Amino acid sequence: MATHNIDLEKTSVRDINQALHELNGTEDRSEWRITNSKGRHAIAVGIDAPLSVNIEGHVGYYCAGMNKHATVTVNGNCGPGVAENMMSGMVRVTGSASQYAGATAHGGLLIIEGDASSRCGISMKGVDIVVNGSVGHMSAFMAQSGRLVICGDAGDALGDSLYEARIYVRGKVVGLGADCIEKPIEDKHRAELKQLLDKAGITDCDAAEFRRYGSARKLYNFNIDNMDAY
Amino acid sequence: MFEKTIEKWLRESATFPLPVIADIQRAARTGIYDIRGFGAKRHMPTFDDLVFLGASMSRYPLEGYRERCDTSVTLGTRYAKKPIELKIPITIAGMSFGALSAPAKEALGRGASEVGTSTTTGDGGMTPEERGHSDKLVYQILPSRYGMNPDDLRKADAIEVVVGQGAKPGGGGMLLGQKISKRVAEMRDLPEGIDQRSACRHPDWTGPDDLAIKIQELREITDWEKPVYIKVGATRTYYDTMLAVKAGADVIVVDGMQGGTAATQEVFIEHVGIPTLPAVRLAVQALKEMDMHRKVQLIVSGGIRSGADVAKALALGADAVSIGVAALIALGDNSPEYEEEYRKLGTSAGYYDDYQDGKDPAGISTQSDELAAKFDPIKGGRRLANYLRVLTLETQTLARACGKSHVHNLEPEDLVALTIEASAMAKVPLAGTDWIPGNN
Repeated sequence: MATHNIDLEKTSVRDINQALHELNGTEDRSEWRITNSKGRHAIAVGIDAPLSVNIEGHVGYYCAGMNKHATVTVNGNCGPGVAENMMSGMVRVTGSASQYAGATAHGGLLIIEGDASSRCGISMKGVDIVVNGSVGHMSAFMAQSGRLVICGDAGDALGDSLYEARIYVRGKVVGLGADCIEKPIEDKHRAELKQLLDKAGITDCDAAEFRRYGSARKLYNFNIDNMDAY
Repeated sequence: MFEKTIEKWLRESATFPLPVIADIQRAARTGIYDIRGFGAKRHMPTFDDLVFLGASMSRYPLEGYRERCDTSVTLGTRYAKKPIELKIPITIAGMSFGALSAPAKEALGRGASEVGTSTTTGDGGMTPEERGHSDKLVYQILPSRYGMNPDDLRKADAIEVVVGQGAKPGGGGMLLGQKISKRVAEMRDLPEGIDQRSACRHPDWTGPDDLAIKIQELREITDWEKPVYIKVGATRTYYDTMLAVKAGADVIVVDGMQGGTAATQEVFIEHVGIPTLPAVRLAVQALKEMDMHRKVQLIVSGGIRSGADVAKALALGADAVSIGVAALIALGDNSPEYEEEYRKLGTSAGYYDDYQDGKDPAGISTQSDELAAKFDPIKGGRRLANYLRVLTLETQTLARACGKSHVHNLEPEDLVALTIEASAMAKVPLAGTDWIPGNN
């Protein structure tokens, strides 16, 4: 299959997004290679087809936002909000990601091969996120569902006000947020962890090295006895 | 004799009147702040403090019913390829499925569509009932992003980024566990029966510079077709309006502190924000200074009840208004028909504000199938359409009296204020004078 080559020095972000959207709702599996991204915002957003999009270079805000079905690879670093509100498909970042990576995403898999900044997985709603490096503070804040795997360390207030999302951390955790607790890790958890690491292509981490964190569920209903947590 | 003595000697404290004493006793008993629906109940300067001057020797009125007074409005002319065309300048504000029952949302769509105006989703996503019965539907993007998805975004006619609302500028949403039915829980991807907190800040942008990029993303996803609104609770309205313009809004929605809510702390409802009256003037001032008045449209909400309110908001420079609580009342909220049931809940028709409880006998602010089944969306929609028609006729009546062939031709010069406060806030002269406090 021929690859569509798009040079963002010659084609606008608007035009490439429009071209990708022309395929929305189809089963088109064509390959797209985008060069000279140069930190531009909103590249490859709103795709709804099983396309393969490779971006050569760094991107700005919201790359692959609201993605459905597509596989988007950023060969570089990402600005804030990569794969925000993703519904399905896969987004891979070979470098590091700024704040809010995978924010509110409902599905699919987000892989960050480097580090992610603060609020990674904020308010996530079903997405799986695998970070090969470390994440910043307030990651998985108000995370509702899905799984966040951190192969490095986690910053302060991890999983603050967490709902039903599951968090796995291999390294150190600076601190847990309100209502987030460490939970026993069982075989079924190690199995799902291994599956996620395999899907992410991470081979140098052993599922046995991780700890599991989740919600204590004490803040699910307002109770004045929990005043200190509010 | 004894009663006379009581009348003479029982003196209510101005500092601790009976409602304040009751509040302290309630707080001591429960240990929880009061959460309720509706909007602010305190007295404050309103549009009632303004009056129209009407035609006179120097102004020429239009003949009622005979000479045309247009009410159409187009929203989103700045950037959107497909602006929204409304027949009347009165829209339905965002109210969530979750806060309201599905039939109530359907009725809002039916009523609004019948008269050619728009409805708005709310925190919790878009329901098929709502989309199916709303000719023009505005899709809200809120901090929680409950139910947010690109398919519904594309189905919408406009997008409204909610920064805040008048009832609680700076506060997040709240939907108490008793209203989290299976369907609501599934739409929001949360367990049934838990108290749902909606965040007060958006998860993926901070400040107007980020918001400009966020809006760029939303426009890219929807191919620059849809108008993008920014909604703010009225506080620092002059600056918020300027920042919203800078962030790329097609339409700005300013919600005054009288604006309603489904569930917010009483202390928040009554003590945060500024009234709608000064807010509209501040927003218009900012737009004019930026040479963006009428280029970026302004929708004003918060305590709009009558055609007089609509006409005054438009005269001060708004392009349209939005109604929430008034629309619910039109649907049947607080109807005397349910007096017996209200009594059982410890309240009375005209006072009911426990939208957070989910026990609404009118079947509107509930997720109980049994209560919701009592509400007829066809009849409710018809009542709303009637009410919107009356608002429109009243607005036209006032506009014609001022000699205007379009309601947008109303202007501040048509108004005077009855109080010094209203004069200072609206920047129209105190009646019978040429004095505007604060103006040299």
